[in-house]
Amino acid sequence: MKTKKINMNKTTKSNLITYGLVIVAFAVMQVLMATGNVSSLMKGLLVPLCTYAILAVSLNLVVGILGELSLGHAGFMCVGAFSSAFFSKCMVDVIPVSGLRFFLAILVGAGVAAVFGILIGIPVLRLKGDYLAIVTLAFGEIIKNLINVFFIGKDSKGFHFSMKDAMSLHMEADGQVIVNGPQGITGTPNDSTFLIGIILLLITLFIVLNLIHSRAGRAIMSIRDNRIAAESVGINITKYKMMAFTISASLAGVAGVLYAHNLATLSAQPKNFGYNMSIMILVYVVLGGIGNIRGSMIAAVILTLLPELLRFLSDYRMLIYAIVLIAMMLFNWSPKSLELRERYSPKRLLKARREAKEGK
Amino acid sequence: MKKLKQAAALLAAASMVVASLAGCGNKTAETAAPEEAQGSAEGTWKIGGIGPTTGGAAVYGLAVKNAMELATKEINEAGGINGHQVEISFEDDEHDAEKSVNAYNSLKDWGMQMLVGTVTSAPCTAVVEKTHEDNMFHLTPSGSAVESIKYDNAFRVCFSDPNQGVASAQYIGENGLASKVAVIYDSSDVYSSGIYEKFAGEAANQDFEIVAAEAFTADNKTDFSVQLQKAKDAGAEMVFLPIYYTEASLILKQASTMGFAPKFFGCDGLDGLLAVENFDTSLAEGVMLLTPFAADADDDMTKKFVAAFEENYKDTPNQFAADAYDAMYTIKAAVEKANITPDMSVSDLCDAMKTAMTEITVEGLTGTITWTADGEPDKDPKAVVIEGGAYKAM
Repeated sequence: MKTKKINMNKTTKSNLITYGLVIVAFAVMQVLMATGNVSSLMKGLLVPLCTYAILAVSLNLVVGILGELSLGHAGFMCVGAFSSAFFSKCMVDVIPVSGLRFFLAILVGAGVAAVFGILIGIPVLRLKGDYLAIVTLAFGEIIKNLINVFFIGKDSKGFHFSMKDAMSLHMEADGQVIVNGPQGITGTPNDSTFLIGIILLLITLFIVLNLIHSRAGRAIMSIRDNRIAAESVGINITKYKMMAFTISASLAGVAGVLYAHNLATLSAQPKNFGYNMSIMILVYVVLGGIGNIRGSMIAAVILTLLPELLRFLSDYRMLIYAIVLIAMMLFNWSPKSLELRERYSPKRLLKARREAKEGK
Repeated sequence: MKKLKQAAALLAAASMVVASLAGCGNKTAETAAPEEAQGSAEGTWKIGGIGPTTGGAAVYGLAVKNAMELATKEINEAGGINGHQVEISFEDDEHDAEKSVNAYNSLKDWGMQMLVGTVTSAPCTAVVEKTHEDNMFHLTPSGSAVESIKYDNAFRVCFSDPNQGVASAQYIGENGLASKVAVIYDSSDVYSSGIYEKFAGEAANQDFEIVAAEAFTADNKTDFSVQLQKAKDAGAEMVFLPIYYTEASLILKQASTMGFAPKFFGCDGLDGLLAVENFDTSLAEGVMLLTPFAADADDDMTKKFVAAFEENYKDTPNQFAADAYDAMYTIKAAVEKANITPDMSVSDLCDAMKTAMTEITVEGLTGTITWTADGEPDKDPKAVVIEGGAYKAM
């Protein structure tokens, strides 16, 4: 029995499954929303889900593909969020079309985050060892604290800047404080929609997956697998490391843009842009599979949904959440569970059945 | 060992299944909810609350939650609001804007008709966008930032940050308490820096001078000797502390150690100072604070509230609890004034409440309150001084 084989190699197929998954999820949500079957909670979660999926995919590029540990991903998100929110707030009167303004805001966020990625990368990516983890960890904290002391206002004379407090901006009467220190930016236009979120997620996947399967991607992975061997065949280590790290940073910036334009208030607190957030993103990557883009995306979605779906447990919510995290980790990575999954995997069972049939 | 591993793997698999089932179960409950969002059939008021009940700011969220429960119990025992019983549901937001919006959405699924929340300012600013979109009545007990109630559907019980800063400056100036004032504030906190800015703005119009303004941040709030030394060197007669009581107790202690004895003046965040563990209350002697509520005031209403609160929750209520308690009674008063019933739609309720809010006067724990259409409460700040280990009205 010969079936006609579609001419498609394994990676293309796997990539198409990943894109398909996102598109199907989008289509299903659209249908459910059109028929009124989606709760308000779920509707509110759609944009954050895209945000965290983008973050997970972009961090996986550094952790899984480049093989470096970055503990400051929330810092890049923070940079992207603040720069784009600042842009949108200033341009809200100049560019009234929200689509165009948001498009430009995304470019601003991604660009600024990329610049910071390069700045961090230049000194650190030349080194061997875990220095990237240390420096990015510090970067995340520095950015958070730095943003908390910025005061930027705008009036008829132009921009005013201070690092003390809003009064020392000395603005005219018509002045407007845009970045107000620890209070951050309030009143960012709500431009993020689920559709834009999905498009951005698809673009992120497209960039990351294509990079991985390109010549550059193979070079990056060779650095991860054996640096000395890679060096010996003439691969420019620093260049490829910088490439992966900068792309990852700018994609995190895009996620930040999405985050900033989803809420009316944006302030850099430990909760949303601190160390914990960076670790959270790392958890998505680790649980979803280091180097497994699709897995990290799914893990981000599940782990963002979980605490919200567990709301009915009220006070025990976080406890259960932690237990589920541990359970997921065991299920995904413990050797015994891998063995069990292998033994009872549907693929294998089907194969066994087919073999049994053929044997008959 | 092998058996153990197997058991662990099984357990893991089982809990995954349970978790996914739990998720499903919840989903069906949620999908059913929007139908009753128009007005609950049994004719109960569904009032939602949002605030942090976990994480660093949990103490404020829990206070509000408990006070809301207490007020609801009392209201229901007295026959409810307009003859309908009240049902409340309180959701955790972890003091995070994004989580707060999630909490709001999940309350909407529950069928919430009015919102008491959110407890903290930044999340409140995010949630008010959503309540404005849905035209849901929104009364925050303690969200004090100006933007937190920027739409006409939102009101608050507490003073706004500017209001407190201006009132403090005026109080110091008009009573001639000092001529040289130093300020120590938390620059990473919205509440603290908000008050400080307005205080400094108003100070220019008053008869005193700010000789030092020293900031600290949430990451560095145990050693205040530098800030105190600067205040001392600048010759400050009074130190203004627009901060929370935990840090204030440390400042008082360190000031006394270095032999610096100015007058201290604070805002409602200092309420709770005397209850700090291992704090020598004699250090707080003479500290003045502008607060709408003091747990040991001796009017009947406060006494009754404090006794009931302590009995039920084994804790002395702070001003957040008092604000939340007042918020529930404010809703009661406004509903009765507007003469509305729970079977109306959320939007109609909100429109009726908006008008009613400007017409009522509430005799609450935090003073006699009236509201203007912009949502700001109008009540007199009370200044109290700590004397003999107790608050005394000034």
